[in-house]
Amino acid sequence: MAVRSKSGALVGAAIKRVEDRRFLMGQGTYADDWQPAGLLYAAFLRSPYAHARIAAIDLSRAIALDGVIAVVTGQQMGELAKPLRATSTMRTYVATEQPILARDKVRFVGEAVAAVVAASRYIAEDALDRIAVEYDTLAAVSDVEAAAAHGAERVHEEAASNVMVAREFKHGAASAGLGAGAHPEAAVTVRERFRFHRHAAVSIEPRCCVARYNAGSGELTLRSSTQCPGVVRTALAASLAMPEHLVRVVSSDVGGGFGAKSSVYPEEVAVSALAKMLGRPVNWTSDRREDLLATSQGWDEIIDAELSVSAEGRILELKADVLADVGAYAVYPWTLTIEPIQTVSFLTGPYDVPNYWARARAVATCKPAVGPYRGVGRPISTFVMEGLLDRAARRLKRDPVELRMLNYVRADQFPYKTPTGIVWDRAPFAELLDKALARLGYEQARAEQARARREGRLVGVGLASFCELTGIGSGTPAAPGMPIPAGTEAATIRVDPSGTVTAIFGVASHGQGLETALAQVVADELEVSLEDVRVMYGDTAFAPYGTGSYASRGAVMGGGAAILAARALREKADRIAAHLLETAPAVANEPGGKSGAARRVSMRDIAQAAYAGRKKLPAEMEPGLEATRFYDPFYGTATAAAHAAVVEVDAQTFAVRVLRYVAAEDCGRIINPLIVEGQVVGGVAQGIGGALLEEMVYDEFGQPATASLMDYMLPTASEIPRIEVEHVEQPSPTSLGGFRGVGESGTIGAPAAIANAVADALAPLGVEPNELPITPARLFQLCANKRGR
Amino acid sequence: MEARRTVRLKVNGVARQAAVEPRRLLADFLRQDLGLTGTHIGCEHGICGACTVLLNGEAVRSCLMLAVQADGAEVATVEGLAAPDGTLNPLQQAFREHHALQCGFCTPGMLMAAYDLIRVNPTPTEDEIRAGLSAVLCRCTGYQGIVDAVKAAAAQMRQSR
Repeated sequence: MAVRSKSGALVGAAIKRVEDRRFLMGQGTYADDWQPAGLLYAAFLRSPYAHARIAAIDLSRAIALDGVIAVVTGQQMGELAKPLRATSTMRTYVATEQPILARDKVRFVGEAVAAVVAASRYIAEDALDRIAVEYDTLAAVSDVEAAAAHGAERVHEEAASNVMVAREFKHGAASAGLGAGAHPEAAVTVRERFRFHRHAAVSIEPRCCVARYNAGSGELTLRSSTQCPGVVRTALAASLAMPEHLVRVVSSDVGGGFGAKSSVYPEEVAVSALAKMLGRPVNWTSDRREDLLATSQGWDEIIDAELSVSAEGRILELKADVLADVGAYAVYPWTLTIEPIQTVSFLTGPYDVPNYWARARAVATCKPAVGPYRGVGRPISTFVMEGLLDRAARRLKRDPVELRMLNYVRADQFPYKTPTGIVWDRAPFAELLDKALARLGYEQARAEQARARREGRLVGVGLASFCELTGIGSGTPAAPGMPIPAGTEAATIRVDPSGTVTAIFGVASHGQGLETALAQVVADELEVSLEDVRVMYGDTAFAPYGTGSYASRGAVMGGGAAILAARALREKADRIAAHLLETAPAVANEPGGKSGAARRVSMRDIAQAAYAGRKKLPAEMEPGLEATRFYDPFYGTATAAAHAAVVEVDAQTFAVRVLRYVAAEDCGRIINPLIVEGQVVGGVAQGIGGALLEEMVYDEFGQPATASLMDYMLPTASEIPRIEVEHVEQPSPTSLGGFRGVGESGTIGAPAAIANAVADALAPLGVEPNELPITPARLFQLCANKRGR
Repeated sequence: MEARRTVRLKVNGVARQAAVEPRRLLADFLRQDLGLTGTHIGCEHGICGACTVLLNGEAVRSCLMLAVQADGAEVATVEGLAAPDGTLNPLQQAFREHHALQCGFCTPGMLMAAYDLIRVNPTPTEDEIRAGLSAVLCRCTGYQGIVDAVKAAAAQMRQSR
């Protein structure tokens, strides 16, 4: 069935995804599916200690094994590749190096110490057992508070302490520090210590990369499960001291990323260096244990926070002190600043906060790096802010809805500059909460809760409101002062001689359905059928430069670039059509629709003329039918949502069951509601996992206790309820096309809504959970402590 | 390295064979020796279910089985679901209709597990689908589209029977 665009008919339609067919037939091309002739397999020996000096390494028994091609240590790797170094212009930031293979010492359990290349992965792993490493163990820097203390054992000797960045924000009359005396008009001041433990992204496709080096041309090709092929290319060229134009990075199909595949990893450099050294292709596919040990993780912060409100419930002052356990290394290029700095940047949320003080410290420990994970900072800032508001509401004996409505940034305040300088272009906060409550049936939910309480059941209703910045351009970098240029994206759109359209992007998809969404935008702009547009991405050899898909930017940046390039192309096509009909384009153009001339000339005929050259074209017109345009949305655009959850706590087992979940979001002009709802539902599911199940547990020696999926608990179909999604479609006033990003939204709101619902369920007991995930053990302990008092 | 043994089996109705080490996993055998990369490997310890295939009609995790154990068996993988002319089967079609996949990595295992579920229970309730598919992890969809797709496909497959 042909889907033909008629000026804007495709954007907004629930088009079934074009990429689905190949996935459903098992015909996707993920990195590990590429098996070039002569392929070798790499495996990494990983440190069993969190902190130790490498005294000696004996490779002889490994090299002697039949089928082993090469074994390399950090020493030798140092000659092949430079370490990664994520710099930042942020004051107080301490830049450190991440070696490709550890040299001298190891800084977390799972850090790669040596690499084996062999004829098969089986043999490579056999050889790992034959490498003898002598370690001199050091005191593990595991506890974040101890690590931050003066005189603590240091993770990086070249740094003066483990505090790798410290920043303060101040707005209005707030004095520095918590407990420095409540605001003079405060009727209630609530103070709490919140903790959100370590989280793993766990994309179902483990990280994988395959490198091939052509000694003749000098070209290196890396197929990688990365979200950011453009960034990996730049980093590889620098690390391997190769000219960038000889490095090609391809990420065709990627099996989920959620931010954890957006950083450049040492393994990508190592595999490339080994392929170059050996002149043979090399594959490295992470197993799940390696993925849990050595992929960047998320969250892990302690936040002391304080909120003062007036007797009528107005926010007077907010203060927060954030201590972030950022692990052993700064991820390239995003650095270790992103989680704590974004937490304090977004803490004021959708509320008008007149006085604000916050401090954030990123502290190095002997654990894997904390890097981008879906939501970055905002799941925590929302958990804290919404938790404080509910606490204040309980003290004031006011409904949590009322308190939120009273404090939202009002419609007449947009564009609104937050205390940390972020600009909300426009967002319908009250409307979103109304919509979520209407869908939930708030009054009825409260009535049912009262009935349940009378029956002795612990049922609670929890809310969460938030605002996030998406589609950020050069005005608000993802990580301020980071070492690469970001903030722009481009599209190259080409009309093929037959009239079909090929649209190429620097943003890449790892499940978001960009192949469909961007095709909808292009087809609408060019007024061609969806089937006539093919969207391509993920290959630096043909894509314009871009940094990739992360930070809810794919639809905004890709969509904006698509509009610019398509409009340039369309203008030229109209002129060619008019020329072919011997009419002037000004006459042929109709406002808002396809020009009369272009309507009567097919895209094929226009393309044929464009490539035929001067004979068929207006005088002075350059032949060809292709356009590349770059887009920089500068500030980015606000995406807001309101979530509502109903949970029941089992009074015997302390298990939490989610009974209802509603998410009302505004992601601007919706390109494809099917995809938007998929993003929201999937994001909420990850947020529920983070709220109730998922935690990377490390002991005092920095040893992980959750290095398999038996111990790291992912939600299954049995734990996730049906999630109800509502839309308030308010086109962004600042982004081209009116799009706002929605990839992270679900994960940002869910932990807060679930935590508030659990606290509401336990309100009769006076228990207010302040630590996520809320496991049965933690809840049992909280309730036992309360009874003990 | 132990001596290789020849494994002969039928995959999606086609006789295939390859000589492999006895320790070779069925998943690696399918992907690397037979070139059937539609079956994905997500955890290698039997939790995520991405590698699920049908062995003599029943769902198994191909990362927890050796290729030599499948000698003489009939194996069905995701590559065999669609008709030879490329027409998607009702389950695949329902997955597309209900947006039951995003990144596509768990999808082959999810399809094969769902196929087995419907075979055993042609009229599954929502709770039965959720319990039945809890052996396959999806990190993208929140399972909602998958549950709806399986429900719809089961109904359609009943009708066409």
